[in-house]
Amino acid sequence: MAAMLQSFGVSSASVAFSDHSAKLSVRSLPVIRSEARSISCPTNGTRCTRKITTKAVAVENPASAASKPGHELLLFEALREGLEEEMERDPRVCVMGEDVGHYGGSYKVTKGLADKYGDLRVLDTPIAENSFTGMAIGAAMTGLRPIIEGMNMGFLLLAFNQISDNCGMLHYTSGGQFTIPTVIRGPGGVGRQLGAEHSQRLESYFQSIPGIQMVACSTPYNAKGLMKAAIRSENPVVLFEHVLLYNLKERIPDEEYVLSLEEAEMVRPGEHVTILTYSRMRYHVMQAAKTLVNKGFDPEVIDIRSLKPFDLYTIGNSVKKTHRVVIVEECMRTGGIGASLTAAINENFHDYLDAPIVCLSSQDVPTPYAGTLEEWTVVQPAQIVAAVEQLCQ
Amino acid sequence: MSNCGTRNSIIHGWTSPRLTRSLAGDGSGKACGIFREKSAVIPAFRRSESARAGDLVEAVTYSDDDDDENQGLEFPGGRVTFTPQMKFIAESTDNRVPCYRVLDNNGCPIPGSTFDQVDKETAVKMYRKMVTLQIMDTIFYEAQRQGRLSFYLTSTGEEAINIATAAALTPDDILFTQYREPGILLWRGFTLEEFANQCFGTKDGHGKGRQMPIHYGSKEHNFFTVSSPIATQLPQAAGAAYSLKMANKEACVVAFTGDGGTSEGDFHAGLNFAAVMEAPVMFICRNNGWAISTPISDQFRSDGVVVKGQAYGIRSIRVDGNDTLAVYSAVRAAREMVITEQKPMLVEFLTYRVGHHSTSDDSTKYRSSNEIEQWKTGRSPISRFRKWVERNGWWSDEEETELRKDARKQVLNAIQVADKTEKPSLEDLFTDVYDSPPSNLVEQEKSLRETIKRHHQDFPSDVPI
Repeated sequence: MAAMLQSFGVSSASVAFSDHSAKLSVRSLPVIRSEARSISCPTNGTRCTRKITTKAVAVENPASAASKPGHELLLFEALREGLEEEMERDPRVCVMGEDVGHYGGSYKVTKGLADKYGDLRVLDTPIAENSFTGMAIGAAMTGLRPIIEGMNMGFLLLAFNQISDNCGMLHYTSGGQFTIPTVIRGPGGVGRQLGAEHSQRLESYFQSIPGIQMVACSTPYNAKGLMKAAIRSENPVVLFEHVLLYNLKERIPDEEYVLSLEEAEMVRPGEHVTILTYSRMRYHVMQAAKTLVNKGFDPEVIDIRSLKPFDLYTIGNSVKKTHRVVIVEECMRTGGIGASLTAAINENFHDYLDAPIVCLSSQDVPTPYAGTLEEWTVVQPAQIVAAVEQLCQ
Repeated sequence: MSNCGTRNSIIHGWTSPRLTRSLAGDGSGKACGIFREKSAVIPAFRRSESARAGDLVEAVTYSDDDDDENQGLEFPGGRVTFTPQMKFIAESTDNRVPCYRVLDNNGCPIPGSTFDQVDKETAVKMYRKMVTLQIMDTIFYEAQRQGRLSFYLTSTGEEAINIATAAALTPDDILFTQYREPGILLWRGFTLEEFANQCFGTKDGHGKGRQMPIHYGSKEHNFFTVSSPIATQLPQAAGAAYSLKMANKEACVVAFTGDGGTSEGDFHAGLNFAAVMEAPVMFICRNNGWAISTPISDQFRSDGVVVKGQAYGIRSIRVDGNDTLAVYSAVRAAREMVITEQKPMLVEFLTYRVGHHSTSDDSTKYRSSNEIEQWKTGRSPISRFRKWVERNGWWSDEEETELRKDARKQVLNAIQVADKTEKPSLEDLFTDVYDSPPSNLVEQEKSLRETIKRHHQDFPSDVPI
């Protein structure tokens, strides 16, 4: 793979991303794709060439290259499967959170694990998010690999100090002596009439914290892969799940796989416009894409997956091809992921843009309870279609 | 579902003859509304069926009387007895919780006191370290005043807490401190050079120049890096104890905080978690009377911190923090209990913060210099312990002079060397944010280097690139 030597942001002969063979979904690419950036192998921090699935394309059968037929499951089951495999593999992995034990978690991601691994490894905590997050940090610094579940991401705002000052910083301020390999996960995003405090998009608030990584899963396939990668990472990782996506069903491979924490996912290759999205909005985008295709457009849809850091390599290649960008996010307009992504793309790929970047986000309002109002704060497929149409005039 | 007893006993009045009488309407007027209406046949039926649940409950026989359920009830959380008197628990008791002390002001053991006998070697080592800590504090503080350091805070007046606690622990015990406990590192072998390197932010410091002075951290000494926000280390300590519990190690976690720290939410949560999880962690509160300018009376209204233990189901003790032997004995005993019983403990050390909060503070603005002086000279933990050590024939004036001279020389030397030592290189600005630098940081480092190269006259020349 010698061709992939250019770092993003340096104008060069562009490496055309040859992904029109969309079916080539499972690859054994070397993880290092450019000199300027090394993606550490989830298992041992070095280059590895096996079992890393890059550019996972979520079309009908991601397991097409595999020998076995795979098995079908729901997204929350995929998360659980990933979690269980890691707990089986490494006795240091443990889970803590409210009602994660015998109750199985409020979204059943940890169901059955307490029975299998005991009350200590799957720990039910009292209600104090700042505390169990702090606890996980202490446990991580003394050798465990804890996974914290926030019952709803919004509650983790109570743990902001521990996440920002301790999780993000202690590796640095201790001079590298103490590592904090924790995973902080939970459901977030706008649901169905859950009210303002249960509809938070924490990725906006956390994106500035140095020292953490953030990923968002959107399909059973990437949910399992990202969960495993997050657990194996030596850095603190925040894994954003979405309240409305837990019951998505998909067929995933039987054999073990781990995804990269720093890569975006090519959902639908195209030529006319790059649509960047993540989590639930991916589905609104794909719905809009159907309409757009019928109208004669050819959108390229990328699920960015990695919210911190951005996979500017994949994104850059797409921009260089299509020259137009639409970002569709659930965050609020001010200070969201879209705002940062707009800045990053403008800074790095300004010369390749034929038009200003369009960012579709929620308004800067708390999420209302009434169903119609709630629907109006979330970007809908019709808006996406209209935005693309206008951009591609 | 009612609890059931043995065949001959009745609980909760399900099968009480008097109750069935009242259900059947004997006119006693005491129909207990919670019991459903059943026929009088029920008693015999219930009795035989109830026997199998007997193992759930202690084999207590209650009187054949429906007063027992009027006396107490198994609520969620356990059985409580009722009282017809409306009585409020007073917010404070007439007598405060007494304070454990072993040596009087003259360093004489108080008759009848129980404490761990300390041998000459340990006692002399403790004394030497206390003096060294005091001298280190004095000179570093001066260095800040002279502009050589940006910040420092002293542990003056709390040397006994620092050193005696450290002496009572083993090297395997894990420390999560607030910031006024460097004596523990001193005891464990952290050198004066290492202290100086951290304070001056040199390349040789454990923290690679990233944390402010006093925020020491050393993995090899099992001393976790200090973090400025107050009390955040308490839940982390509970987590580390959880880790020890999983590993079944014969060690405990010791977490420090001050009186002010007990007001933080993390104090409540850390103690609560440790109690629920039965985690082997010793919480130590240095109640030194002041949180910067906030006196105790503005911090809480309880009888200090020791009484808070019971609120969490945690055993606690109040100790004279300026009495070296009391501190040593109490910590040793508490450690033993923490490890064998696998439960948390709360130790409150009463003491006084003789110095200012830090170099950014002038405490004479909010407290009288008389008060400070009284504690500084009249109640110094170092003098008190010295008297005891000397009385045992283990210390002399000559050794004192020599120790102070040597320590002073060593500290001054360490400062001089650290002051001249190179700072960390530019690369260290970007490493350890993650396990390996991600592309955006590599980019940012490159950009910074280019800027420095282009405008090198605008950047400090003593920072290695």
